[in-house]
Amino acid sequence: MSTIVLLLVTGLGLGALYFLVASGLSLIYGLMGVLNFAHGSFLTLGAFGGWFVARTLGADSWGVFALSLLAGAVVGAAAAALTELLLIRPLYERHIEQVLVTVGLSLASVALFEGMWGSDPEFISGPAWLKGTTDLAGAPVPNDRFVAIAAAALVLGAIVLFLRRTRYGLIIRAGVENRSMVTALGIDVRKAFTLVFAVGGAAAGLGGVLASQYFGYVSPHLGGSLLIFAFIVTVIGGLGSLTGAAVASVLVAVLQQFANYYLGYGDLIVVLLLALVLLVRPTGLLGRAAA
Amino acid sequence: MTTQTAPPAPATPADDAPRAERTVRRAPSGTIVRTVAGLALVVLLACLPLLAIHVPGVLPGPTYTPGALQMMALCWLIGALALSYHLLFGVAGLLSFGHALYFAAGVYGLAIVLDTTEIPLLPAAALVLVGGIVLAHVVGAISLRVTGISFAMVTLAFAQAGNVLVRRNPGGATGGEEGLALATANVPDALVGVLNTRNLYWLALGVLVVVYLVVLWVERSRAGHVAAATRENEVRVRVIGGRPYLVKLLVFVLAATLATVVGMAYLLLQSGAVPRATSADFTLTLLVMVVLGGVGSRWGAIVGGVLYTILDQRLGTLASSAAVADLPAVLRVPLSEPLFLLGTLFVLVVMFLPGGIAGAASRLAARRRPREDREGARERLEEVA
Amino acid sequence: MSAGRNDTDRTGATPDVPVLDVRGLSARIAGQQVVEDVTFSVPATGVTAVLGRNGVGKTSTLKAVLGLIERRGEVLLAGERVDGERTDRIVRRGVGYVPEDREVFAGLTVAENLRLAERDAHPRRELVAELFPDLVQRAAQRAGTLSGGQQQMVSLARALLNANRLLLVDEPTKGLAPRIVGEVADALAEAARTVPILLVEQNLEVVERLAERVVVVDAGRVVHTGPARALLDDQDRVQQLLGVHAEVDHRTAEGAVSR
Repeated sequence: MSTIVLLLVTGLGLGALYFLVASGLSLIYGLMGVLNFAHGSFLTLGAFGGWFVARTLGADSWGVFALSLLAGAVVGAAAAALTELLLIRPLYERHIEQVLVTVGLSLASVALFEGMWGSDPEFISGPAWLKGTTDLAGAPVPNDRFVAIAAAALVLGAIVLFLRRTRYGLIIRAGVENRSMVTALGIDVRKAFTLVFAVGGAAAGLGGVLASQYFGYVSPHLGGSLLIFAFIVTVIGGLGSLTGAAVASVLVAVLQQFANYYLGYGDLIVVLLLALVLLVRPTGLLGRAAA
Repeated sequence: MTTQTAPPAPATPADDAPRAERTVRRAPSGTIVRTVAGLALVVLLACLPLLAIHVPGVLPGPTYTPGALQMMALCWLIGALALSYHLLFGVAGLLSFGHALYFAAGVYGLAIVLDTTEIPLLPAAALVLVGGIVLAHVVGAISLRVTGISFAMVTLAFAQAGNVLVRRNPGGATGGEEGLALATANVPDALVGVLNTRNLYWLALGVLVVVYLVVLWVERSRAGHVAAATRENEVRVRVIGGRPYLVKLLVFVLAATLATVVGMAYLLLQSGAVPRATSADFTLTLLVMVVLGGVGSRWGAIVGGVLYTILDQRLGTLASSAAVADLPAVLRVPLSEPLFLLGTLFVLVVMFLPGGIAGAASRLAARRRPREDREGARERLEEVA
Repeated sequence: MSAGRNDTDRTGATPDVPVLDVRGLSARIAGQQVVEDVTFSVPATGVTAVLGRNGVGKTSTLKAVLGLIERRGEVLLAGERVDGERTDRIVRRGVGYVPEDREVFAGLTVAENLRLAERDAHPRRELVAELFPDLVQRAAQRAGTLSGGQQQMVSLARALLNANRLLLVDEPTKGLAPRIVGEVADALAEAARTVPILLVEQNLEVVERLAERVVVVDAGRVVHTGPARALLDDQDRVQQLLGVHAEVDHRTAEGAVSR
């Protein structure tokens, strides 16, 4: 029983990280038709941003931890917004070329991070409580899991509120459905593009700081390893669907944890799940017909 | 859509007519000239191990030395691999992020068979080839259920599964992160050892020629035409009774098979398998090569592959050179990362040089039609979406 | 139609300056030529109808005017060149667009669809509420769950919310029940009193009721322009110009004339 609880909560924590990456991917794809390969780099930058703040100000206080989360989100958002403005926007509506540019950016940026920070993991510390465990139904659950889950839930709530309650949210929801009609109503949809990149980058940057707590280190490859699972989550959930991304994140991560524990090949099971979903429902769990 | 209605509508741009005429008139002699030039080039390349040509800055020594032969052979193999990716992406418009899986199937498949069995090289290679074809069928049949970006992500996921499998080292078969050295017991002596590098060189060149001929044959075949038509308009192909799914699967499997062949030659050349061959980054570099060379161009793919390999090798040398080590950190750090430079170059090519090297070359060759070429290249990319 | 290119009156109200002047416009979709060298103009008042058989490039012409598809040629809005501008800029200059197939945002509510379309500081919500009382009642309903006619009302309302100098309306009665066709025509007639309309329409009855002038397109080119009345009364000419669907169109035209 306690093992199951532990696996479940750990899986939820990992799912939270997947969601923080996949939410941005899904929003960006939904609105712009671009699969952003550089999203992992936003996460890595966010993680290093948080690490830098924690190292400079002393890592063990909650205030600094909150500040490092903020730093991660800001760095991620800034990197994403710059990417959109400088690389994506000039290739307006040329989707394959936009994807290629993000591919190039991800290769170049990971190499640059390696040059700047070395390719070995940099171990990190945080508030002491994060390193501790909490007893839940007999299972010693690492506390950083709870923080990750709470943060992902908050981000989900914030994104939903933003999409439902603001004019830009309205533009984004409309743009996901029919981009050209939004421009035909006299709206400069490109501002919304920059905005979803920034929002997605902020979520990824936040995810980076949390992932570094979850795994205990920062490294130039942190983003890349999470990105592939985020891709799988996005396809399983249905491209462009935020709810789908949330459901699939939890599903994939929990399954992965259980399979890792009982079978030892969690990553392969996830790919099998992907194959199965595609065979049964090519559009993903909550995807629309037009992919 | 306009041309089927009655009134006179000259739908084709006026300057298309002379070009078509010229092509038709020149076609037979042009083909012969090109075939002869191609043959001559292959013969010249085949003679390189017997010559002592210095190419400073590119090759580590004269062309007959093992170091230079090794590097050129690597160029031919990577060029052949890029060519197999061209078949997938340039011809059929399938943006796959998992092509490395089949290359790795060749590298690791052959390494494992040679390592764990007593089967001689040729039957072993045949066995691995069959395995590669089966794998490509299974993965292709599933991934082709989706199109466009979803297809890209699904192929990536499968390749990642292969990567995980190799790194996990199941039953000690793959050697995990360490990789697997080539077990030479059942490999003919002529293909083993530094002294025999030129035999490996000829093998690599042979693989490139074979891959080129297969790709050419596929492109000229009915299936190739249907694949190209599917890239442009899948619905139309289906309406006129074509079966896009089957044709795409065929091209997918063929490209994968070629990649498996190249992978086996790569194992012999490098005398070992390393997990990097299975990584997503490796597939991405294939994409970089093809786009660098020019999407849709056979020669572009080869040139892209060769150029990428040279840059990758020489930029590594540059990175560790004294000239770079003395630079301030702002310059030294980026310059000492070959992949950073290559990634940046790639971004620049995508943004400012549509059509890649092949596109730029054809624009130079025919300056009066630059606009059309550029648009053609753009459209070619967009058709993939 | 000569255009006063030197006359750059921004209000576009001067009757002798066409509100829209299209010269040598051609457009391509996915590399395929769909509009070829189209030239026509829309006077500053009344309804100008674009006629032609299916697939001759009527819809593409409207899209090309707005820059929704790749285009070449000159487009002047009230005497000013706009062919280099982005779609949203052109629309903000005062062009309302009612696309073929409505293109309402199915996942958004009716109210959200309308709110999204509001450009002006004082959008004309009362006018829209007056014209389409149904929409006020259904404000909270998702647009995707509306009937075709109601969706058309939403689409029209989006264009009428703002004070425009030109409306581009593409097949507003397509696939609608006869009663709804009448309502749509009423709304357009009401709108036409204050703003010039460029209307693509297959239903010749509606054309006869609304349009003063017609532009006939065939194979991506303009083959006839002139007063609507003159064309519609000449049934041989209608049959010749609107070709393939001549029988259907002929009958519709006859019905329109006999009524």
